[in-house]
Amino acid sequence: MYKTNYHRASSVEEATSLMAGADDGKLLAGGQTLIPTMKQRLAAPSDVVDLRHIADLKGISVAGNQVTIGAGTTHADVANSAEVRSVCPALADLASHIGDPHVRNMGTIGGSIANNDPAADYPAAMVALNATVHTNSRQIGAADFFTGLFETALNDGEIITAVTFDAPEKAAYQKFPNPASRYAMAGVFVAKGGGGVSVGVTGAGSDGVYRASDMEAALNTNFSSDALDGTSVDPADMLSDLHGSAEYRANLVKVMARRAVAAAS
Amino acid sequence: MGAEGIGARVARKEDKRFITGKGRYTDDMVVPGMKHAMFVRSPHAHAKINGIDKSAALAMPGVIDVLDGKQLTEDQIGSLICGWMIHSKDGSPMNMGNWRPLAEDAVRYVGDAVAIVVADTKAQAREAAEAVSVDYEELPAVTDSMAALADGAPQIHPNAPGNQIYDWEIGDSGEVDAALASAAHVTELNVVNNRLIPNAMEPRAALGHYNAAEDHYTCWTTSQNPHVARLVMSAFYNVAPENKLRVIAPDVGGGFGSKIYIYPEEIVCLWASKRTNVPVKWVADRTESFLSDAHGRDHVSNIKLAFDSDNRITAMKVDTVANLGAYMSLFSSSVPTYLYATLLSGQYNIANIHANIRTAYTNTAPVDAYRGAGRPEASFLVERAMETAARELGVNPAELRRKNFITEFPHQTPVIMTYDGGDYGASLDAAMKAADYDGFAARKAQSAASGKLRGIGMACYIEACGIAPSQAVGSLGAGVGLWESAEVRVNAVGTIEVLTGSHSHGQGHETTFAQLVAERLGVGIDTVNIVHGDTDKVQMGMGTYGSRSGAVGMSAISVALDRVQAKAKKIAAHLLEADEADIVIEGGELKVAGTDKTLPWFQMALAAYTAHNLPEGMEPGLKESAFFDPSNFSFPAGCHICEVEVDPDTGVTEITQFVAADDFGTIINPMIVDGQVHGGVTQGIGQALLEGCVYDPGSGQLLTASYMDYTMPRADDLPSFTVETTKTESPSNPLGLKGCGEAGAIGSPPAVINAITDAIGNNDLAMPATPQTVWSAMKA
Ligand SMILES: Cc1cc2nc3c(=O)[nH]c(=O)nc-3n(C[C@H](O)[C@H](O)[C@H](O)COP(=O)(O)OP(=O)(O)OC[C@H]3O[C@@H](n4cnc5c(N)ncnc54)[C@H](O)[C@@H]3O)c2cc1C
Repeated sequence: MYKTNYHRASSVEEATSLMAGADDGKLLAGGQTLIPTMKQRLAAPSDVVDLRHIADLKGISVAGNQVTIGAGTTHADVANSAEVRSVCPALADLASHIGDPHVRNMGTIGGSIANNDPAADYPAAMVALNATVHTNSRQIGAADFFTGLFETALNDGEIITAVTFDAPEKAAYQKFPNPASRYAMAGVFVAKGGGGVSVGVTGAGSDGVYRASDMEAALNTNFSSDALDGTSVDPADMLSDLHGSAEYRANLVKVMARRAVAAAS
Repeated sequence: MGAEGIGARVARKEDKRFITGKGRYTDDMVVPGMKHAMFVRSPHAHAKINGIDKSAALAMPGVIDVLDGKQLTEDQIGSLICGWMIHSKDGSPMNMGNWRPLAEDAVRYVGDAVAIVVADTKAQAREAAEAVSVDYEELPAVTDSMAALADGAPQIHPNAPGNQIYDWEIGDSGEVDAALASAAHVTELNVVNNRLIPNAMEPRAALGHYNAAEDHYTCWTTSQNPHVARLVMSAFYNVAPENKLRVIAPDVGGGFGSKIYIYPEEIVCLWASKRTNVPVKWVADRTESFLSDAHGRDHVSNIKLAFDSDNRITAMKVDTVANLGAYMSLFSSSVPTYLYATLLSGQYNIANIHANIRTAYTNTAPVDAYRGAGRPEASFLVERAMETAARELGVNPAELRRKNFITEFPHQTPVIMTYDGGDYGASLDAAMKAADYDGFAARKAQSAASGKLRGIGMACYIEACGIAPSQAVGSLGAGVGLWESAEVRVNAVGTIEVLTGSHSHGQGHETTFAQLVAERLGVGIDTVNIVHGDTDKVQMGMGTYGSRSGAVGMSAISVALDRVQAKAKKIAAHLLEADEADIVIEGGELKVAGTDKTLPWFQMALAAYTAHNLPEGMEPGLKESAFFDPSNFSFPAGCHICEVEVDPDTGVTEITQFVAADDFGTIINPMIVDGQVHGGVTQGIGQALLEGCVYDPGSGQLLTASYMDYTMPRADDLPSFTVETTKTESPSNPLGLKGCGEAGAIGSPPAVINAITDAIGNNDLAMPATPQTVWSAMKA
């Protein structure tokens, strides 16, 4: 790890001004992505602004149908939240399958979506739930938030404060883990709500997380696994690497989608 | 057996310190004035070094010195050696490329060490290592053995034309070709044995300490054989004469072969300590381990198996190309030859075998012995071929094997080995019974009903442990003898120290060796201390690899114990005024058989040391030693059965059961043997399903250089194992031991792949059989 200046922020405002004053600052949440990257000397921020001690960024609240999750809420807290489990068990289930206990107890939803790893789990849920990303300066719809591999609509120094979404009637997430890293090699989040069915796909698309609109159309007509038989996933749109070819990922997207529909409750 | 003797399931004495984090590893060693090292490593797979500019690094904070290959050469430090000479079939010696501990003119794989930075802290050394500017002129690289041997491949060492190290053969090709020509059936198979990265839990490390006042060196290092390290560093690398070099391998966190070899880093740390006049410690980080630990396997083979009309094997022909990486590691040359081709007869009576082995240099990390070393490659080839033959011939795979089993011993194979004993039918029966083989059809139907493909596969493996005798291995090209040493010291109060040349790095010697003493002397294991891993404390020994610590190491202890017992009986007979022949040692006492006259063990020991009343002419004290050289290898063998369920939608394989029925001869501690089998089978399943080292063929970069891409087996990848043992004692050592350390990794890969290919109905399946690979094989 290269030398860096560590700052502990106690409020979003303080974090904002610390970032503004830094040469090349980085926000630190759970550190599960940032710290390993720094240790491998692939990132060398001049300053690190730690968000972990900002109480306002943490916590889950459910008001009627509306779910709010603070950006600093850990995966473990989402997984174990009775409220999330009652209104959107699919999201708790998703969180419970991220990494290992260490990662879940440190990693946060804000860090995960800010990082927008193409193999991360949360982005699939965010797009499928039509979530809104709240920052220290604005609100961004999930559809506009994720803009490409490791790319988001966030400006430099912009801080995610929370995500909100309306709990769906039914939802499920099915993840096919990469055998080595256990990140998603294909993860499909299916949600059925007032606005119809939406299908978020992570791990597979060559531009990162996406919504599978033809699957959504088929499921809006008939919400059953068999409805997906007529749909196809084009390998040309898929990632290909050591662990899975584009053809294989295309197959996995469909299999995971079928299973997610079957599991949706 | 007694509560703690041979055969007792005694909890491991060493586990308290390991489990509570109180082990003492090389990185725990601290000496006054100690500084930290970082190696500058090549980012290129193949490049000429046009110059090294160290000035910026030397000026950085905390930096004590930056040393390179030129300085190493100035100080006449020798090149690394390969300790087993192989001659090609044309009689020429193998082409050994020059391996400098720090590359001087060229680098030949990503990770090749170029310079060492010594600094006050590791962080400073790391910073400065980045500031060392090496002027590389990139050269084309080749990582695949077949490509390296092809015309026009980049030339890696000037003295190895076409990158060939040797072209070796064993057996009579004329007889084999004739048998193939007249066979009723020939099964032919192309098989790749995937390259693996060992991944011991503790990364390699070295602490070199030169004491100028004494003109003496001490090296703490992660070694499976500290005496061999000292010998090689003295005799070949010119680091220091043996009497001025102490090598200590303290607790070592796993080796699996990768810590047999003497690597550049320990040599350079010792040398750098003298150059800089400070103790120098280096600990590999995980990425360095991936890049620079000796890798394993990496064979490409073709096998032909000839059958007569009665389905008896008449001949086997094998053609193998083995990748040995950029340099020849210490025992690399022996792995694809004497540890591989000599096991190709498997458990079968085969009159004619011919194998041709070519080895290639490539721009990859050196490849050497890794758990099983040659035998997993042989077993995989033979057992995949047997399963394939059974399918082609339309016969039951168990019965085809049984029909061809060797049943009379000793059995001379056409490939050097004389199998000394075994009962292959017994382990096959035991495994089939434990696996409820007969119930498979019903289970398959059940799986089919839920949309899953079930398959079953077996492997009847043989392997050779305790490589020996020294004279024989010497005649085959080994540069060392393969005996083991022991010294048993009885203290004046009767407690016992055993000094052994074996080295424990997870095997549990502190327990099993003590159990042998307990068995023989009737004392508790708590009164026995096992001393190992320090060349100043322990007489010359050969270390631990090739499952030799039981068969060879414990046998040496057994012989030394014979001598201790003989002297103890003489003393007891004298004191009890009885005949020596009537003395028995039992329950911590020396007794006169048939009487109630006894002498407690500790009183006998005290008498030996007070020497007030010893038999006429007897020397005081009680301490005996032995060097044991077995008369033959030992031949563990067994049958592994794997049952899988494959998800046709995703290609995911679930191992629903795994049965290992092994004949390890005498078993000292069944719990430790179970553990060795569990660990070995896990590594074998890792090879079969998960682990694969991948280099980018163009750039030669290691693509699987972290756990994000290299899949180590995890608990949830595995079933609960069923471990059975059958027993025929090895006649080649006094304890009847065969060795159990590697069998799991030898028998399991073919069993797993035989099961999956059975499930999916396609016999062409590469390892690791990842979901993607299985899915593609189903589509093909
Ligand atoms: C072994 C391991 C396994 C993993 N497995 C999975 C897996 O299976 N699935 C999965 O989805 N993920 C996985 N992860 C990643 C994990 O979920 C991380 O927690 C997540 O990617 C980053 O969250 P973090 O809180 O740790 O963020 P950090 O690492 O602290 O930060 C990540 C990035 O987000 C930025 N950031 C953090 N918080 C904010 C904020 N509030 N506003 C704006 N920017 C912010 C940081 O500046 C940084 O650029 C794994 C990680 C590890 C180490």
